[in-house]
Amino acid sequence: MKMTLSAQHLWLIPALPLLAAALGALTPRSGRTPAAGAAIGAMVLSFLLSCGALATALAHPAAHATANFTWFAVGDGAVRLGWLLDPLTAFMCVMVSFVSTLIFIFSLGYMKDDANFKQFFCFLSLFAAAMLGILVANSLLLLFVSWELVGLASYLLIGFWFHKPEAAAAAKKAFIVTRIGDLGFLLGILWLYDSTGSLLFYDNGAGVLEPTALGGLAAQTTLCGLALSTAIGLLIFCGAAGKSGQFPLHVWLPDAMEGPTPVSALIHAATMVAAGVFLIARVYPLMAADQLLAGVPVHALTVVAFIGAITALLGALIAVAQNDIKRVLAFSTVSQLGYMMLALGVGSWVAAVFHLLTHAFFKALLFLGAGSVIHAAHHEQDIRKLGGLSQPLRVTFATFAIGMMALAGVPFLFSGFWSKEAILHAAHEWEVSHLPLFAGLAAVVLTAFYMTRLVAETFFGKARSHAAEHVHENSAVMTVPLVLLAVCAIALGFLGTPAFPWLQARLLGETEVHGHSLLDGSGLMLGSIVLVALGLGAGWAVYWRTPRAKDTSPDPLASAAPATIAFLGARMKFDELYAATLGRLNTFLAAFADFLDHWVWGGAVNFLALLGEFSGTVNREADEGGLNAGFDATSEKLRQTGQAYSHAQTGGTHGYLRTVAIGFVVLVLLVMLGGGR
Amino acid sequence: MNSSLPLLSLLVFTPWAGAAVLALLCGASATMSRVLALVFSLSTLALGLVVLRAFDPARTTPQFVEHHDWITALNVHYYLGLDGMSLLLVLLTGIVTPVALLASWRVDHCPRMFGALFLLLQGAALGVFLALDFFHWFLFWELSLVPAYFLIKLWGGPGATRAAYQFVVYTIGGSAFMLLGFAAIFAATGTLDFTQLAQLGADGTLAQKLTALGGWGPRAIFLGVLLGLAVKVPLFPFHTWLPPAYAEAPTGASMFLTGVMSKMGVYGFLRILWPLFPAQLHAATPCLLWLALGGVVLGAFAAMKQTDLKRMVAYSSINHLSYCLLALFAVSSATGRPGLSSEAATAALSGTLLQMFNHGLSAAALFFCIGILESRAGGRRGLDDFGGVRTAAPIFAGLCGIAMFSSLGLPGLNGFVGEFLIFRGVFGLDPSAAAVACLGLFATAFFLLTFWQRVFHGPSRQGGTTGEFRDVSGVELAALVPLVVLMFVFGVLPHLLTGLFNPLITSWAGHLVLP
Repeated sequence: MKMTLSAQHLWLIPALPLLAAALGALTPRSGRTPAAGAAIGAMVLSFLLSCGALATALAHPAAHATANFTWFAVGDGAVRLGWLLDPLTAFMCVMVSFVSTLIFIFSLGYMKDDANFKQFFCFLSLFAAAMLGILVANSLLLLFVSWELVGLASYLLIGFWFHKPEAAAAAKKAFIVTRIGDLGFLLGILWLYDSTGSLLFYDNGAGVLEPTALGGLAAQTTLCGLALSTAIGLLIFCGAAGKSGQFPLHVWLPDAMEGPTPVSALIHAATMVAAGVFLIARVYPLMAADQLLAGVPVHALTVVAFIGAITALLGALIAVAQNDIKRVLAFSTVSQLGYMMLALGVGSWVAAVFHLLTHAFFKALLFLGAGSVIHAAHHEQDIRKLGGLSQPLRVTFATFAIGMMALAGVPFLFSGFWSKEAILHAAHEWEVSHLPLFAGLAAVVLTAFYMTRLVAETFFGKARSHAAEHVHENSAVMTVPLVLLAVCAIALGFLGTPAFPWLQARLLGETEVHGHSLLDGSGLMLGSIVLVALGLGAGWAVYWRTPRAKDTSPDPLASAAPATIAFLGARMKFDELYAATLGRLNTFLAAFADFLDHWVWGGAVNFLALLGEFSGTVNREADEGGLNAGFDATSEKLRQTGQAYSHAQTGGTHGYLRTVAIGFVVLVLLVMLGGGR
Repeated sequence: MNSSLPLLSLLVFTPWAGAAVLALLCGASATMSRVLALVFSLSTLALGLVVLRAFDPARTTPQFVEHHDWITALNVHYYLGLDGMSLLLVLLTGIVTPVALLASWRVDHCPRMFGALFLLLQGAALGVFLALDFFHWFLFWELSLVPAYFLIKLWGGPGATRAAYQFVVYTIGGSAFMLLGFAAIFAATGTLDFTQLAQLGADGTLAQKLTALGGWGPRAIFLGVLLGLAVKVPLFPFHTWLPPAYAEAPTGASMFLTGVMSKMGVYGFLRILWPLFPAQLHAATPCLLWLALGGVVLGAFAAMKQTDLKRMVAYSSINHLSYCLLALFAVSSATGRPGLSSEAATAALSGTLLQMFNHGLSAAALFFCIGILESRAGGRRGLDDFGGVRTAAPIFAGLCGIAMFSSLGLPGLNGFVGEFLIFRGVFGLDPSAAAVACLGLFATAFFLLTFWQRVFHGPSRQGGTTGEFRDVSGVELAALVPLVVLMFVFGVLPHLLTGLFNPLITSWAGHLVLP
């Protein structure tokens, strides 16, 4: 029996984990098993449904099956949302739900001693649900809603150990930095909505990704001579850059590893950062709408390509000088995301999605492997203090090595090689410039180098701290996910080799697969293989051949070029730069607004009040001294009369208030009755 | 619904009857006073739901009308009526008041008078939302100040006397100009009936008649009415009374002030200023748009600088209500422009109404949360007085977090829909204003997350209160949970609210012409 899932029922895929999150939120703290069970169960079901969706999508890969509905009416129009099923959605859903399931299972072991275990699974489910929501949305608005929920879930998870000030700060930073990108995204959405009257991607010809709307958008010119589609595309790209950690908004991503390691795995592989790349792939027709225009200042995709290239190189450079196992991986994510954006920019969105899929598996593998190391080594994350772990942690080491080779792009056997090769080929064929290609090639060397360093320092040599000496392999609940991911990190590459690019063909909506000979463009492939070898060799020569002796021994590279490595180690001082500029601006604006309130507006009001008081005083003096003297004599008489009545005045405020209230109500009633007649 | 029952009068006067009962029951115990006040305040929600059942959203004219001669010599009528906008605000009042009374359960100083004043305040606010004749509209408008003054002064913090005084004098100062303006309108037209005046405003007769007073007439009178309303909302820079008043008021009063009373001003803009003076408002929008943007951006940035949490939420209220005015001004500014997008106008106006309602829920909830913090910390509520509260009180932290994210405009919660519609509308009418207003969204996220980080996260601070910090009590839960549930409900199902006023908005947007 072949299970299929149509677009009408696509909402079930995100709804199940969302339900699990809601259940988790309402379970008491002690309900650890039910919460985790619901989360994993829902994820498995989502995975099965995703497979069904994939089956449906592959049957008609060219179709964009949609199910649209009205959310609420505004005026004569309505805000409409919908679900979309095409190969892109389906492949992504399968990946996200599969990787998430494994990460959830891994978390059973990793988080078993945490007091907030139940809450962790609740947040994980929310995270996965929001990500799946992004994937199945047929509306930019629905996508944005899910997008912001991903931001919320990441905020909760990065700050999961909120008693640690660094974790709390990192969570806030992630939310704020991505929100800066999201404001651009929001403006793009508003502009698109205003120009086309719709936010549905596909709507029987009326959607924003369909030719009618795209033609209109590309034909209009707006600010600075940009085509309207370019301007909107670039604003949307702001959001993608924030979520996918692109330069210059990459600063939150490395800090995000303050969260528990399974969260890092989720953020860096399946959810969150993948969202930005997916978004651009989803709206690719819009991004590419200006491609045929001549005489425009810039094409949207050109900007994407260059930002991607810068990010790829920058991330790889910084990764070379990091000493925290998770931080190295975090910057490798930045770099790999740069590759994906580069691929999108140079016109090969299928290569980007291919790399997104392979990267999700091997990066999840690497992060969970790092988690396994950290868990075994009593939360020691500094690679200078680890070492010699290849013997005690056999499974972790073997799987981590596979992940490392996939990331480094070791030829033929590993998936990362094929997907990265596809990107480099696309960059090679790009007519605008070859700079992104060169940046990509440079990053290939660096990637191989820093990953060799990471493995050499962590797993070889001898243990350099007490924590690293007493390690034991983790339980099966943690190692089995590693093995499964390792298998995928190898196998997935064969879905998209140049000889049989099945995945690419299906993503493009083709049912036939046209392979090329492996020898086509073999020069470039050969070149990149040499570069990988160069990186591996250099890493071997510097770090592997003579392992570090003590945790305090100097780093060979740092000895050779101390200033450069220190600069890279300090992440090129981006945080300091932002603190000195944007941070100051922010503080200044706050102080300015407060100053205005206190001194200008408040001052004006107080001045008026003083003026009133002054004129009052003048009046009073004049009255007292002049007019009143004559009245005083008369008043004395009145006062005496008044004394006779004064026994009615008790002086009790309550009595007065009561009389006033009764009188008031009676009056009102009288007036009402009178009015009613 | 049987028309013989004067539902709207019952809505307005039941709380006042409650106030009278409480005032008379000298011997009532504290608990009994609280229960009585709560029961009478719930009448609004109950009657509001009765009205809701019989309400026909498709009709854009006032419903449940009660129209009687009152002071025939002055052509003053007792005229109550309700349309989608009024109904929305009646329901909001019905939700916020009982919650605010529950939040005041721990008020020990003379709970009987507290309840009585609160009910007086509630009735006055309802009167403002339902009255359609300026005469008693203005009575309700001014009467609302009296109980508010005493609530702030007698139950407020150390600076309450000054804050209450400034609040009342400033607001009355603004209202005086409005009263003068309406005196002139009455002199010129002989009527104070809002619906009649709106018709005169729409076809330009009102401006003509006012010109008879002098060439400056329409503009000066417009400015007078504007000033009265601008102080109440408040429109930047007439807002300086607000932070001290909200901060010094007791928690329950802060909730009501921000949840309901701040809506009276926006309501006045929509019910009075805009229909009566369409051309004058249009002419003033270049300036007013900047003021609204000032409220959006500077309000949010000023909030960032506050160390008193109540002042911080007070500033965020200025920011949120400025979105409402921004949308209205953008619509007015675009009126008469060829190619005006009616979709954008309906979106902006729908957003304004939604934002009024949603801000009422989320700001009331936030003030309550800060009240809870304050009550646990012996009256302290500084940004740096807390730390690690989430560890000690996870349930409270969760509920407060939801309120915070609602205020921040997170999709899935109520605040998002209104803000999205406002931005969608304003962008269609005035893109640069929408772009500048985005700064407010950023700053809001920034200061709310800073608040969250300092108070709830991190380790317990020196001299902090984590050790003895109790999680929410039953009464507090009873107050917070309904608000939080509604945040989810209206975030996912906004048509429950938009359905009430969509035809009304559509008809407004359909008549966007200058006389």
